[in-house]
Amino acid sequence: MAKLPIPVEQIIAQFGPHLHFPDPEGTPGRDEPDRIVETHCCFCGMQCGIKLLAKNNKVVGFEPWMEFPFNEGRLCPKGVQRYLQDNHPDRLTSPLVNTPGKGYLPVAWDEAMDRTVSEIKRIQEKYGHDAFAVLSGVSLTNEKSYMMGKFARVALKTKNLDYNGRLCMVSAGAGNKKAFGLDRTSNNYTDLAHAEVIIVTGANVSETFPTLTYWLWQARDNGAKIIVVDPRQIPLARTADIHLDIRPGTDSALFGAILNYMVQHDMLDHEFIANHTSGFEDAIAAVRDYSLEWAEEVTGAKKEKIEAAAKLWGKASTSFLLHARGIEHHTKGVENVLSCINIVLASGRIGRPYCGYGTITGQGNGQGGREHGHKCDQLPGNRDIENPEHRQYIAEVWGIDEKDLPGKGLTAYEIIEAIHRDEIKGLLSICFNPLVSLPNNNYVRAALEKLEFYVGIDFFMSETIRHCDIILPGSLHEEEDGTVTTAEGRVVRIRKVVDPPVGARPDSEIIQEIARRLGAGDKFSYASSEAIFNELRIASKGGTADYYGITYEKIERNMGVFWPCPDLDHPGTPRLWEDRKFKTPDGRAHFNPVQYHPSMDPTDAEFPVILTTGRVVSQYLSGTQTRRIGKLVKQFAQPFLEIHPVLAHTMGISQHEDVRVVTKRGNAIFPANIVETIREDTVFIPYHWPGKKSANQLTSGFLDPISKIPEFKVSACRLEPLGTQSYIGNDARDYQSI
Amino acid sequence: MAEYYKLQEEFFVDMQRCIGCKACEAACAECETNGQESMIHVNYVDRSTTIQTTVQVCMHCEDPVCANVCPADAISKDEFGVVHTANTSRCIGCSNCVMACPFGVPKKMESYDLMMKCNMCYDRTSVGKKPMCAIVCPSGALFYGTREEIQAKRPNSTPINTFLFGEEKVNTKVNLMMPKGSTELRVL
Repeated sequence: MAKLPIPVEQIIAQFGPHLHFPDPEGTPGRDEPDRIVETHCCFCGMQCGIKLLAKNNKVVGFEPWMEFPFNEGRLCPKGVQRYLQDNHPDRLTSPLVNTPGKGYLPVAWDEAMDRTVSEIKRIQEKYGHDAFAVLSGVSLTNEKSYMMGKFARVALKTKNLDYNGRLCMVSAGAGNKKAFGLDRTSNNYTDLAHAEVIIVTGANVSETFPTLTYWLWQARDNGAKIIVVDPRQIPLARTADIHLDIRPGTDSALFGAILNYMVQHDMLDHEFIANHTSGFEDAIAAVRDYSLEWAEEVTGAKKEKIEAAAKLWGKASTSFLLHARGIEHHTKGVENVLSCINIVLASGRIGRPYCGYGTITGQGNGQGGREHGHKCDQLPGNRDIENPEHRQYIAEVWGIDEKDLPGKGLTAYEIIEAIHRDEIKGLLSICFNPLVSLPNNNYVRAALEKLEFYVGIDFFMSETIRHCDIILPGSLHEEEDGTVTTAEGRVVRIRKVVDPPVGARPDSEIIQEIARRLGAGDKFSYASSEAIFNELRIASKGGTADYYGITYEKIERNMGVFWPCPDLDHPGTPRLWEDRKFKTPDGRAHFNPVQYHPSMDPTDAEFPVILTTGRVVSQYLSGTQTRRIGKLVKQFAQPFLEIHPVLAHTMGISQHEDVRVVTKRGNAIFPANIVETIREDTVFIPYHWPGKKSANQLTSGFLDPISKIPEFKVSACRLEPLGTQSYIGNDARDYQSI
Repeated sequence: MAEYYKLQEEFFVDMQRCIGCKACEAACAECETNGQESMIHVNYVDRSTTIQTTVQVCMHCEDPVCANVCPADAISKDEFGVVHTANTSRCIGCSNCVMACPFGVPKKMESYDLMMKCNMCYDRTSVGKKPMCAIVCPSGALFYGTREEIQAKRPNSTPINTFLFGEEKVNTKVNLMMPKGSTELRVL
């Protein structure tokens, strides 16, 4: 079934998103909290330290946590307002049954569980275990991520578990594993402060990881040169020493040309390359013809600027290279990552103070959540589900026969495709809003409507959860103990601040009860979050992401521990590779040959403009939480189409005019915001919004062949000005000059 | 409480670090004394041509013109140099201060018929804490601490607190970070 029971307007009227504003008089109890709890923000991969204030089992505000070493009290507007997700009128407080014509009717937990488990059993008996899939997400703690992996394989016995990190970190993860044999940023971010040259590519740091900006500016104040690669003048680019405004999808051409320039001008660390790497000859052969002129033609960035960047990078004695989704959301996302790693390895600047490289992990637990068996091809400790030794070890930890451990399943978007093919009939989702976040979302909606049974666990009625047959009200970040692993690789403590509201339950209790009812109760009877973590420690032992030496007590004592931490006396590893012992089979860091090739949805006469997508500072991912927080919504009330005045003039588009953006997948209307801060051949739409305002109606389902990440960052589009204005922005300062 | 105000700590604004995120506005508005209105303001300079933003906090002038032009004597400067927002029992909402301030800081809040402006988080600074905007600022565009701390962190910048508006010289308690060696900022 999985269709909406009542018109969407009625669903929104009942379940939101409604905007939650602070009380003008101050939240009652704010000045006299009975608990002040050191924990972390629930949003991005920075996982900034924050103190939440609680009074009578309610979160009533926050105080900065000045002692936490990464952010020292600093927060972004999302962090400042995060506490308003608590006590929110939209909070789900009863299991709900999708009842056609009537809406979502409350039922008792027992009844909801009975129905859920009987439907799971019915579908699996009729169509096989793999016909029931799980979609999860990495706003979940390590404990919940680990348990979801075990739940899918042991309780549901399905191979088809994947997660929203598939839209986020998988290209970087695959690239890092190929090059280093391990998937983690190489240094903690304080190392940035004394790097001489920093390249930031495809990472709108100031809007998506605002608190990381501090360390970049700290570096600049110490004399660093900053090179920003982005098709838009993002806040970081405005004062960068060099801004390479390349055409979306041409990253590997740029980095290939820089590698070739380094070779031509002997800006290489020959000792490092000879003694600690492999594959150098093949890598440079692949880019031998990549001249600056060629790079200018492909990327659209001036060759003088590319040369200046190559010189700065080539001659530096210390450096850092950071990238994020801008280079990773491509059908060649893994190749783009490898092209960056190649210029890092050629420089030899890694594994030393102030010399580093890394992806900036996007989601709150994007790092830890991708290490412990939350993905379709992975087991805890970043083990490989197809490796016989890895399977045997985890089967023993879980107390099952290795033969009963499912193999590699489908990735997130492939699960949607498999629903369309009638291979998957049932779905359980938690912490994932694919109707907003997956590409080509009209196709996603059609898939959800085909499901025979869909059960969702969430704290708010997300756009996706509306399609569930049964909705189980779960818990917020601050309602369960646990750990997350920050983008630096630092494992930190998430502390329970309050109980879930009456009627809702902690996520981990919900999962354990379903497991018990499926007959796997002996494998899911944890006394506490710490008990789950202690099993995770053993499951990760000996893997590349080794947490065995990390305990709750150790994390609390040190305000975080960097993995790998293989034994209890080990201090953790803030900076990787100081020993030059890479985790690849030959112990060397691997160059990989990368040749540039075009994106999968190239522009043509019918679709002549490049569409790229991204985020704004006041919203987070699919907006399930942040579209419910009043001031964050006011800050950017709606998505807009960023377009250069030259392109706007050519198309006859005026400021705030409604423009229909058409791609091969669909069309949607956005008001134009005409700005010189974007390339003339490219338009940009932020993707946080659902329904008719969703940019992902337009993006494609083309996937990277290795990482299976969708190509969000390049779509060919056509622009049709409509001559009307539907602009409703309520904070004019966001769009206009003063 | 006033004896706990840390005179050695000062406010520094560094425009080149501002990323326009408005964490400062959100944090300022949290203070219940403002009724959820922010007393710090982030604005685009000209969004059609640049992403550049400015952040404006009360500069707390040595000789505050807002107080000088107030017909109701509602604005006062205390012994620490903090220029307080309008005393609600005296303010007549005339907007003299709004028009007189060279930095454009005071705002007439029509719904309250009052002028409101930054008072350097007096509820926090008077007990030795830092202003909320400067604590949360994720980029370091706002900094509250000692002169020694900021000079160690930003060796290529100099804090200045002298502004020239034509022939008019204004000295302020709040500092603006400028290129090393600067002594003043000529605005007009």
